[in-house]
Amino acid sequence: MNFLVLGLSYKTAPVELRERLNFASDDPGSVLRAMTDLPGMTEAMILSTCNRVEVYAASKDLPLGCARLQRYMAAYHELDENQVKPHLYVHCGRDAIHHLFRVASSLDSMILGEPQILGQLKEAYNQAESSCTAGPVFNRLMPKAFAAAKRVRNETAIAQHAVSVSYAAVELARKIFGELTDKNVMIVGAGKMCELAARHLTGQQVGEVLVTNRTLARAQALAEQFDGRAVPFAEFPLYLSRADIVLTSTAAGGLLVTRTQLEEVIRQRKNRPMFLIDIAVPRNIDPDANQIDNVYLYDIDDLNGVIETNLRERRKAAKKAEDIIEQEIDRFYSWLRSLEATPMIVALRQQVEEIRRSETEKTLHGLRHLDAGDRRAIEALTLSIVNKLLHSPLSVLKRAGDDITGEIYLEAVRRLFDLNPDPQKSGMDAVEEGADTKQDSIS
Amino acid sequence: MTIDILLFRTTLLAYALATGLALADILWRRPVLGRHGRILLWSGFGLHSLSMISRYLMTGFPPLSSLHESLSFFAWAIIGTFLLFHLRYRLAVLGAFVAPLALVLMIFGSAVSTATTAPPPPLQSWWLPVHVVLAFLGDAVFALAAVAGCLYLLQERMLKKKKVSSLFYRLPSLQVLDNLNYRCLTIGFPLMTLGIITGAIWADRAWGAYWSWDPKETWALITWFLYAALLHGRLAVGWRGRKAAVLAIIGFVLLLFTFLGVNLLLSGLHSYSALGTY
Repeated sequence: MNFLVLGLSYKTAPVELRERLNFASDDPGSVLRAMTDLPGMTEAMILSTCNRVEVYAASKDLPLGCARLQRYMAAYHELDENQVKPHLYVHCGRDAIHHLFRVASSLDSMILGEPQILGQLKEAYNQAESSCTAGPVFNRLMPKAFAAAKRVRNETAIAQHAVSVSYAAVELARKIFGELTDKNVMIVGAGKMCELAARHLTGQQVGEVLVTNRTLARAQALAEQFDGRAVPFAEFPLYLSRADIVLTSTAAGGLLVTRTQLEEVIRQRKNRPMFLIDIAVPRNIDPDANQIDNVYLYDIDDLNGVIETNLRERRKAAKKAEDIIEQEIDRFYSWLRSLEATPMIVALRQQVEEIRRSETEKTLHGLRHLDAGDRRAIEALTLSIVNKLLHSPLSVLKRAGDDITGEIYLEAVRRLFDLNPDPQKSGMDAVEEGADTKQDSIS
Repeated sequence: MTIDILLFRTTLLAYALATGLALADILWRRPVLGRHGRILLWSGFGLHSLSMISRYLMTGFPPLSSLHESLSFFAWAIIGTFLLFHLRYRLAVLGAFVAPLALVLMIFGSAVSTATTAPPPPLQSWWLPVHVVLAFLGDAVFALAAVAGCLYLLQERMLKKKKVSSLFYRLPSLQVLDNLNYRCLTIGFPLMTLGIITGAIWADRAWGAYWSWDPKETWALITWFLYAALLHGRLAVGWRGRKAAVLAIIGFVLLLFTFLGVNLLLSGLHSYSALGTY
């Protein structure tokens, strides 16, 4: 496969350099076309996110293509090539496909399994298509990359369970309450820390939202933001019994809610469960409150512990995902080969049929005394001989596409019968070359 | 081997496979296996029904007299209750806990004598099947409540200890499990009450007395009081969650004792035949 990827990511380059090389804000179409205008370059696509800048390309001459792309990238961003070079990675052929599949499946992401990258990749592909810089190589490869990513997502736990504090809080709330539709949320303190978690919680179509803060104005501002109601700070304990979920984050607030207070609240609530999320340091809620029946108290360390466990699960899932990707790449190659087998089968059939028809015609020409029935019988005889003879070789050829050694048979048939079928599409040439160049690498 | 026993054995096999698949589902997170397990459970349930029908046709008596028949019917009722609840509330994970319970009952049922015996003449009345069916349906619903209770305690513990795992994420939420506890209680309690009342009527027909304080009656009454207390606590006092889960589990242990322990350990009117029956 004459396919290559050249780029840098959070793994190889500091953020300053990634920023400078970012293509995001420019007119992508003209950049892409400029890339395909480079000699030998046939297709190009740019994936530019905050964690990576990568150019995917198809080129007739891989080493040369890489060198030119590299120069182009540096020049475009007005950087010295040697400044960029140490941070760049280059993959060709199968390695490049492997990289693409891993990126699509979010295995190469900073946060393992994060879902955005697939969308960004699809967008990049769409951009390349609309700029007419996507050709047969991309059109065969990209859908397979998306399919591999989908499989990884469905068959492994890579994208399951929260890996951020705010999502972990929502997920735990769901484990306690199931649906959150009629659950009331109380937000105590209005620090920056709290805001994100509060936004995720209130984004779940909860019931009433109560907000309190030492400065009432700030509480009111937040309440407006979350479509809730501001409560004076001095009175908030009175409202506790109405809240199913309480989020506290009052910095330097010290202990605001004691265990005895909560025991009374739970009694008033007739034991309806409460989920308390205390992300303040020092903590706002007495840690002993967790021992009360039907009270679930999580502080910031607890939430981080949950996230850590979830991340560990994702890393475990990633191992399985790597296997899936290997399988998908194998499948991709065997699919490519099966594409090659089809024109060969057609050509072989055509050739044999031609021979049969002309030879039968010749013979029948000399046997004029036969009546129409006899002629039909001879015609049928030759047909069935040919079909019987061809049956086995043709089925081997059909299977050759799935077989690693399939190419051998195709080559054998090509030579034995002196066949030279036209590929179905001119693009086929481009893809076909890949088999030889997949070992290529660039230093 | 008669046709009913053949069907019974096949059912046992289906339940065993379903148990394996359901466990594999929650242990290795393979929902596909769980789905196949439930298909097996449905077919096992169908075979089980056929087994009981064929037994009824062969003997002419409802197959509810011997210990084997009682165990078999109990397992049938538990699986049936689970499948119905699953249709309504989608509680796939519960299958991994309900199926083994039914399986144990089935294995026990195949270990005891499977011979068909007609109930003794005083018990040959239509009140017998009515009483036994109501009692066992109530027991089955309470079995589900107990399973939900176990899962509640398991999950509550994980939430309190802040230990999450893949099993943790597969369990239904606490709220769902607690609701299930309540639903089972409101269905099981009337069934149990009716079971006791019909039993008393039948006792009057058979023995000439509504209530004679034999051990099974006494233990059934104790169990009834426990469930009555739980229902009252839930409705009036606001018991829920952990407490309700624990009581549902204790209640089910009492039920099992009333069903099996009384027959095996204590003697009384209900242990009519040597096999021990209702």
